[in-house]
Amino acid sequence: MSSAAAAPESFSPMSRYLLEARGVRKRFGSTEVLKGVDLLVEPGKLVFLIGPSGSGKSTLLRCCNRLEEPDGGSIIMDNVDLLSPRTDINAARRQIGMVFQSFNLYPHLTVQKNITLALRKVAGMSTADANARAAEMLALVGLPDKAAAYPTQLSGGQQQRIGIARSLALNPKIILMDEPTSALDPELVGSVLAVVKDLRDRGITMVIASHEMNFAREAADQVVFLDGGLVIEQGSAEDIFLRPQEERTKRFLAQIRH
Amino acid sequence: MTAADAMSNWDRFVFTFFNADIAMKYGWEILQGAGVTILAGLAVVITGIGAGFGLAALRAIGWKPINFFIIVFVDIFRSLPPLAIILVLFFGFPSIGIVLPSLVVLWMSLGAVLAAFAEEIFWAGITSVPKGQWLAARSTGLTFAQTLRYVILPQAVRLGIPPLTNRAISITKNLALGSAIGVNEILGRANSALSMSANATPLTMGALLYVLVFIPLVIASRTLERNYRWGEH
Repeated sequence: MSSAAAAPESFSPMSRYLLEARGVRKRFGSTEVLKGVDLLVEPGKLVFLIGPSGSGKSTLLRCCNRLEEPDGGSIIMDNVDLLSPRTDINAARRQIGMVFQSFNLYPHLTVQKNITLALRKVAGMSTADANARAAEMLALVGLPDKAAAYPTQLSGGQQQRIGIARSLALNPKIILMDEPTSALDPELVGSVLAVVKDLRDRGITMVIASHEMNFAREAADQVVFLDGGLVIEQGSAEDIFLRPQEERTKRFLAQIRH
Repeated sequence: MTAADAMSNWDRFVFTFFNADIAMKYGWEILQGAGVTILAGLAVVITGIGAGFGLAALRAIGWKPINFFIIVFVDIFRSLPPLAIILVLFFGFPSIGIVLPSLVVLWMSLGAVLAAFAEEIFWAGITSVPKGQWLAARSTGLTFAQTLRYVILPQAVRLGIPPLTNRAISITKNLALGSAIGVNEILGRANSALSMSANATPLTMGALLYVLVFIPLVIASRTLERNYRWGEH
């Protein structure tokens, strides 16, 4: 996908990772939420982030596009140092899609305008081009007839697919998803995961904080277990779910299976 | 009580409050006051709501020294009785060399009061927009200003419309206070007609005119509220 991946590693000073976060620290008041976390994501991979609530998953994702300002560490996205004061963070954020647990669609705008707002105002597309792009994205998430609808008229599953379409429309290099299915009724989860699966098959890089273990086993390239602001264990979905090495991982997996 | 007594009471009531001769004599005069009331009212509503909106947007930037002054302004002008502001501006300011026409004093006073209330209403709207809206907008690369303009303020305005229209109407009605400093609006003219004619009919006409002027505002506010409800058909 990116040129960094195509170049032979030994001849390139560039990182083989699309996202390279190292030693990320974040503190809220007296609580240290991230205590030096590494997150390395290769292009085209789907990384699952698991861990108990309060383990720092959301904060880590938000640090990766600086919605939260990290207190320490480094975050390199596609060879751009996101924490450098010279980096135009608004330009960088175009390359980093984000999908939220509670969808966060704009309730005062139609589905089409939800998708085209950033296309027009950030990417500078004409309304006609942006609308065409929105139609393309809506077809991709299986909701081609919802352009004129308002978010409140849609089910949670549909809203989340619009949320994905909105972030995807900017053609980001990576999409970060913060518990994309945990606010959904069980029968709506499948439709969202189907879209995620489709994106994965298209080679779109994603980091997903989620506990959908069956899906992770089927689709994740890498699973990272976070607890107490630290990465406790990581590996393939098989390794983490079937052969966890760390006691805390075992305990957590036992809890969420119940 | 006899029927004759009742009739005479009724006649006296009609003579005093609904006197056709008096109405003919002073009607045009009072009607002209409606023009002043409408123009001054529009000026108060436009500048008051506009300034309140601007102050709330400014406050959203979160610059502490500016916010301090906004909050002081808002709290003072929400506490002061409009008449006190009008009297200070009209009778007090000339002693420091600032002489303002009575209509300008009326406009500035009520405009400032409405601005103070409107700022609070818009600010309450801005703070009640969920944080996730900011996160979503900023995550797509929209700047702070773009997020405020395209995502936050439209929602804040919608939340603010019902309280804002009520407040705008109740403050604009204070235009009648202009009669205290000689503004020739509806009540001022009705009052002088009352003195001249020794009859209350001009007041009845004034009251009717106030209803005629403000009923469209009340209806307009209801239409606005309906139009700002999204996606609930």
